[in-house]
Amino acid sequence: MNDRLAVRKTYKLFIGGAFPRSESARSYRVLAHNGDFLANASRASRKDVRDAVTAARAAWPSWSGLTAYNRGQVLYRVAEVMESRRAELIEQVQRAEGDANAGGQVDDAIDTWVWYAGLTDKLAYIAGGLNPVAGPYFNITVPESTGVVGIVAPERPSLAGLVERLAPALCGGNSVVATTSQVHPLVAISAAECFATSDVPPGVVNLLSGHRDELVPVLASHLDVDALDVTGLGEESLADAERAAAGNVKRIVRSQGERSPYEATAFMELKTVWHPMGT
Amino acid sequence: MTWDYAPAPESTAMVSIDNTYGLYIGGDFVDPASGEYVKTINPATEEVLSAIAQADATDVDRAVEAARAAFEPWSTLPAPDRAKYLFRIARVIQERSRELAVLETMNGGKPIRESRDIDVPLAAAHFFYYAGWADKLEYAFAGRRAEPLGVAAQVIPWNFPLLMLAWKIAPALAAGNTVVLKPAETTPLTALAFASVCDQAGIPPGVVNIITGAGETGAMLVRHPDVDKVAFTGSTEVGKDIQRAIAGSAKHLTLELGGKAANIVFADAALDQAVEGIVNGIFFNQGHVCCAGSRLLVQESAFEQVMAKLKRRLGTLRLGDPLDKNTDIGAINSRAQLDKINSLVETGVDEGAELYQASCDLPDRGFWFPPSVFTGVSQSHRIAQEEIFGPVLSVLTFRTPEEAVEKANNTPYGLSAGVWTEKGSLILWMADRLRAGVVWANTFNRFDPASAFGGYKESGFGREGGPQGLSAYLRLTGP
Repeated sequence: MNDRLAVRKTYKLFIGGAFPRSESARSYRVLAHNGDFLANASRASRKDVRDAVTAARAAWPSWSGLTAYNRGQVLYRVAEVMESRRAELIEQVQRAEGDANAGGQVDDAIDTWVWYAGLTDKLAYIAGGLNPVAGPYFNITVPESTGVVGIVAPERPSLAGLVERLAPALCGGNSVVATTSQVHPLVAISAAECFATSDVPPGVVNLLSGHRDELVPVLASHLDVDALDVTGLGEESLADAERAAAGNVKRIVRSQGERSPYEATAFMELKTVWHPMGT
Repeated sequence: MTWDYAPAPESTAMVSIDNTYGLYIGGDFVDPASGEYVKTINPATEEVLSAIAQADATDVDRAVEAARAAFEPWSTLPAPDRAKYLFRIARVIQERSRELAVLETMNGGKPIRESRDIDVPLAAAHFFYYAGWADKLEYAFAGRRAEPLGVAAQVIPWNFPLLMLAWKIAPALAAGNTVVLKPAETTPLTALAFASVCDQAGIPPGVVNIITGAGETGAMLVRHPDVDKVAFTGSTEVGKDIQRAIAGSAKHLTLELGGKAANIVFADAALDQAVEGIVNGIFFNQGHVCCAGSRLLVQESAFEQVMAKLKRRLGTLRLGDPLDKNTDIGAINSRAQLDKINSLVETGVDEGAELYQASCDLPDRGFWFPPSVFTGVSQSHRIAQEEIFGPVLSVLTFRTPEEAVEKANNTPYGLSAGVWTEKGSLILWMADRLRAGVVWANTFNRFDPASAFGGYKESGFGREGGPQGLSAYLRLTGP
C-alpha cells in the first residue's frame, strides 16, 4: 500500500469563534524543537488585535450574565473535549517544545479547566459576603467580571501556560484576547478548536499568534481592554506595557503560579450594594 | 410667615492651632530641609490659620527612612499589641471628636454637622474595625499566608481629610505596614492633629509619618524607590500619572479616583425620599465627593414632579457659615476649585443646558457656590461627562430600565450609582448591570468600615473597607 500524502492543517487566528487568517495576510515560519519546519502560523496585525477586542466586548455581556453554574459547565466541557484530543495535543507539544513531559503538560492543562470549572460558583463566597454595617442596611459585596481581559501567554509551556491564565479569567466571567506563545503557537490554535466545539460562546476567547512586540503594545494601550495579564511578559517589556495600560487605568494582573481562587478574583471587580431595612 | 434660624455657631474654643507646623517624621515634628512654609486658610473666611512645612526630596527621604526603620519592629510586634494600639487611636479620636470636627470644618469648609456626624465618627470607626483584624489576619483570606508589604506611601485628597487618612492608615497599620502619608495641600490640619493622636496613643516613632506639601511632594513620595505600596485617592488624571510612574516596578498600587455617578429615579419611587437622596447625593460636602450623584437620571413620566419637588427642596437648603450647626452647604474648599466649578458651569450654559440656582445670599468673603441644577442636558455635554466636584447637578431623562443602564454606564468612570424604585426585582436587575463599585438603592452616600468601597473602570482599582480593604496592604501567598 502506498504511503498516503498527509493533509496538512492551516493554523489561523481565532477571533469571534471563527478561524480567520490575519487581515494583513502575513504569516511566519514555525519550527519544531529540532529545527524542522512545522507550519506557517498567522502573524496577527494591530487590526487583528482590535477586531479581537471588538469580538470580546460583544461576547462579554452574555458570557458574564450566565449563571455561575452554567459557566462552570462550559469550562468542564472544555476539559472533556481536550481530554478527547489528549493524544494529539501531547504530540503537538512534544514536536514543538521537545518536552519530555509533554503528557504532563497536557494533563495539567486539562486538569486546570476542571479545577476552575468547579470554582465559578464559589467565588462569591470566597471574595464577597454580607457586610455587618453599623446601621439599618442590607449590605453585600459580590465579585463581578472586569470585562475584556488581555493576556500575554508565556512562551513555554505553550499549552499549559496559556490555559493557566485563560481558565481563571474565564471562570469569573471575563472575555479574553490572548497572544499565544510566539515561538510555539500551534498547540494554542489547536486548543482553540476545543473551545470552538465546547459551548464557549464565540468571542469569549480570542487567540492571536504573531510577534509579541507588535501585538502587546496594541493590547496594552487599547481603551476597551479592562485588564492586562502580564504574567507571560519578560522583564524587558514589562514597564512599557504597564505604562501603556495606565491610559485607561487597566488592572495589571500577575500570576502567583498556582491554581487558586485568588488567580480568578484578580480578574474581578467587587461591587457593594446597599439597601435600607425598614417597614 | 418666614422661619428664621438664629445663628448656632459651634465654638472654636476646643481648637488650638500652632502658628507653624513642621513635618511629623520619626515621632517628632521637624523643620523642612528647604525651610519653606506655605499658609493654610479657612476657605469660609480666607483667614490664615497656620503655616505648613513644604517637604522636598530630602524630607521625603527622611520620612521613608523613618518608616523603613520602624517597619521591622512594628511588623514583628505581637499582633494583639498592634490591635491594641489601633484601638487606642480609635478611642483618642472619639475623645477628641469635638476638636477634630471643628478643625476639619475650619480648614476645609464643610458643614460642622457633617464633620461632627460623619467624618470624625467614621474615622474612629475605621480604626476600631481594622484594629480587630490586626490579630486575625490568618482568618481573613482562606488558604493564604498574610504578610505586610513594608512601607506604604499614601496620598489623600482635601474633601474628607481625616476620614481619608483613616481609610488609608487603619488597614495599613493593622496589616503590619508603616506609612508615610501626605495630606492635601489645602487641608493639612487634621492630619497634623492626627500626629498628636498617635503620640497620645503611644504609637512607636516612625510607624506613622505625615509630610505636607504640594503635588510635587506627593509625586516624589509615590516614586520613592524604598516604598513598597502606593495608595492614592484623588483625580483620575493624577492616578494615571502614578500608574505610569511606577510601571514595571514591584510597588503595589491601589487607586481611588474620580466619578460621575448616575442617581437613577424611577417613576414608581417614593419621590419625597428620592428627592432627599438626590439632595444628599449631590450637595453633601458641597459636591466635593468622588462618588457624588452628579448625574440625575429621571424616568420621563416623573420628570416634572421630581423637578418641582427638587426645586422646592433647594429653596430650603441653608448655605453659609460652616461652623453653624444649621448649615447644609458650606464653603467651596479653595479658590482653585471654585474657579474650576465656575468654568464648567459656564461651559454648561454655553453648550445649551438650562441652569437653575437656588436663590441664596453668598457671604462676602470666602469661596461659595450656590446649589445648582442643569436641565436639558445631553450625554455629550461636558457637564454630563466631566467630574465637576461641586454642588452642580446635571439632569437627564430616560424611558426604560435598559436606557437608564445604558446612560448610567456611558462614562469612563464607575465608582458609584443610585437606584430609586419601590420594585425590589428592578433594584437587583439594575444593581447587576450598573458598572459601578458601589450601588446605593433607595439611599445614597452611605459608608461603613465593614463595607468595601472602590471603583470600576477609570474610577480606579482596589477596595477600601472590609476584609477586601485589608488585602491592599498584604502580600498573600500560598500555604
